[in-house]
Amino acid sequence: MSLNRRNFLASTAALASASMLPRVALAADTIKLGSILDTSGIFDAYGKPMDMAMRLAVDEINAAGGLLGKQVEVTAYDTQSDMALYSQYGQQLTRQDQVDVVHGGILSASREAIRQTMRKTKTPYFYNVLYEGGVCDRNIFINGVTPAQQVEALVPYAMSKSGKKVYILAADYNYGQITARWIQKFVADNGGETVGVDFFPLDVSDFGSTIAKIQSAGPDLVIAPLVGGAHLSFFRQWAAAGMKDRIPLASTTLGVGNEHKVLTPEEGNGIMVAYNYSQELDTPANNAFKEKWAAAYGDSNLIHEIAVSNYQGVLTWAEAVRQAGSLDRDAVIAALETGLSIEGPAGKVTVDPKTHHAVLDVHIMEFANQGMKVIETLPQRQPIDTQAVCDLAANPGDNTQYEIQI
Amino acid sequence: MDLSVVILVEMLYAVASLILISSGLAVVFGMMKVINLAHGEFMMMGGYATITAVNLGINIFLAMLVIAPLVVGLIGLAVERLVIRHLYGRLVDTMLATWGLSLFFIGLATMIFGNTTTGISTPIPGFAIGNYQINGYNFFIIVVAILLLVAMLVILKNTRAGLIARGTMQRSDMAAALGYSPDRIYMATFFCGSALSGLAGAVLAPLVGLVPTSGGAYIAKAFITVIAGGPSLIAGLFSSAGFFGIVNQVFTFAISPVIGEVALLIAAVVLLRLLPQGITGKFFKGKL
Repeated sequence: MSLNRRNFLASTAALASASMLPRVALAADTIKLGSILDTSGIFDAYGKPMDMAMRLAVDEINAAGGLLGKQVEVTAYDTQSDMALYSQYGQQLTRQDQVDVVHGGILSASREAIRQTMRKTKTPYFYNVLYEGGVCDRNIFINGVTPAQQVEALVPYAMSKSGKKVYILAADYNYGQITARWIQKFVADNGGETVGVDFFPLDVSDFGSTIAKIQSAGPDLVIAPLVGGAHLSFFRQWAAAGMKDRIPLASTTLGVGNEHKVLTPEEGNGIMVAYNYSQELDTPANNAFKEKWAAAYGDSNLIHEIAVSNYQGVLTWAEAVRQAGSLDRDAVIAALETGLSIEGPAGKVTVDPKTHHAVLDVHIMEFANQGMKVIETLPQRQPIDTQAVCDLAANPGDNTQYEIQI
Repeated sequence: MDLSVVILVEMLYAVASLILISSGLAVVFGMMKVINLAHGEFMMMGGYATITAVNLGINIFLAMLVIAPLVVGLIGLAVERLVIRHLYGRLVDTMLATWGLSLFFIGLATMIFGNTTTGISTPIPGFAIGNYQINGYNFFIIVVAILLLVAMLVILKNTRAGLIARGTMQRSDMAAALGYSPDRIYMATFFCGSALSGLAGAVLAPLVGLVPTSGGAYIAKAFITVIAGGPSLIAGLFSSAGFFGIVNQVFTFAISPVIGEVALLIAAVVLLRLLPQGITGKFFKGKL
């Protein structure tokens, strides 16, 4: 077909009018859960297991008879690791598909791309990822650990195993900057001293000079909130220089994307971390979860921290719908704000009514033979960083992401 | 004292890794004038070839020094036959084509190896210099870079093949008149350039976490080094890698790694303002 102006106009006009036709509202015999995740592209290592976890949770809910006597139906969009697609699919989910709830978003940038759309269209939004903290918005619920929750647990343990002088290596964007500030605070609170802080852009992969610098500063402990594949080189070069047995390492990010399975045991063993979830968590809830996952997908090796967060997020929402007895946004939020809790694979998760963040168990772990061995469980840690700036009970109209000053 | 030795080693290592990263591009872009935007991906494939070979139980040094250059060289050969040979002398078109190739290789690597970080550990243990521990693998990289430069020099200067290749790059019509097929010589040179990129990716693989998009981290540095080096292949490569490596490490040690990277880029801008033809456009003129 040759494309001339006339039939181009005709066809675009036809397309445009078709898309403007009012969507006939489907008979409301299902509940629509919207999901928006990067299941392809550079973040798919995070997004794919999250998508699998969400579907597992929905299948379970449906197998148990659904919610309010209705089945839950998933409407999922793959944002292909492209931030621009978040705003597009966010609009589509809320305005065309008119879903009852949205779960998803991985990077903070993706969350901020859709948060306002969710708020405007009054669609409850669950962001189920560990992140830098500080979001204060009545329409959003966040169940990932924030820096203070992790660092508050990790720093005293790591210092007790090593010593008082700490060197920090962090990724150079808001997550790394904010986390580094929290580490400095808790090091000081525990009577220690920060002897150096270095920030690295995400594409830096050569740490030779840094390793020499660390040695001239002579710390007892190195804490490394480094992010992504390039930064993984640090842990490798650190081991290659023979430093691993001289100065202990701790991290707030290593292992979230199952990095401990990439490092060899010689490179990884002994690195200290603190998260909400570990595959090695030996609880009945986690063992049952891993069995269900294996039954659905064949192999439970892919499960990671934020996949479990996503699973727990769907369960939390479902529990709130049950308690509210309705899908109405305000009723669901009211039910969540009663301080509702669920039992997930990573333990009890409670909604904090003031901040809409989560009170949850933080496990201190050490890498051991490409697994994360649980050393200690600190039950029900409060999101103290966000609590310091956000009070939705007093100020329900708030709609900001605070930079937390320490 | 110990610290100054450590700093010296780190500087040599920075220079050596710049030489490695840029050598393949120096041949493909510096000699053949093909703007190969897929250079980083050739390195990435060298890394994957090494990791795959090591996982199959092959000795790591054999994998890095023989298998990876061969595999990437052969991929380069296919690329040259299918795409590049139609585009010699058309700078902008090669840019577009090789950029497409780079996207294609990233996609291919993602399909085969998945979008996760993989890697192997370094085969050489660290050792102590006084109170400092240092990565023993750095010395391996320095040695490989030196051997590479010497080998390139010997081949280009003292062998007939090197002479023919250089002659063809300068005046392919004359080479053809003397009975050599420029088509074949271009093909062989591109094979060598790709194999060098594969070698670089392979040798650097144990130091990094490899993902299909890893190539992006190298491409800018490689182009800066080759362009700032100027018309002489080996003297240019050595002098600009030396200059940038030292600038980068001085600022890294004095201030921070970020400032080190910034200093490298500023040095490149200033250098090209003062010496638009590159270092060897003014110094070491006429050298190889």
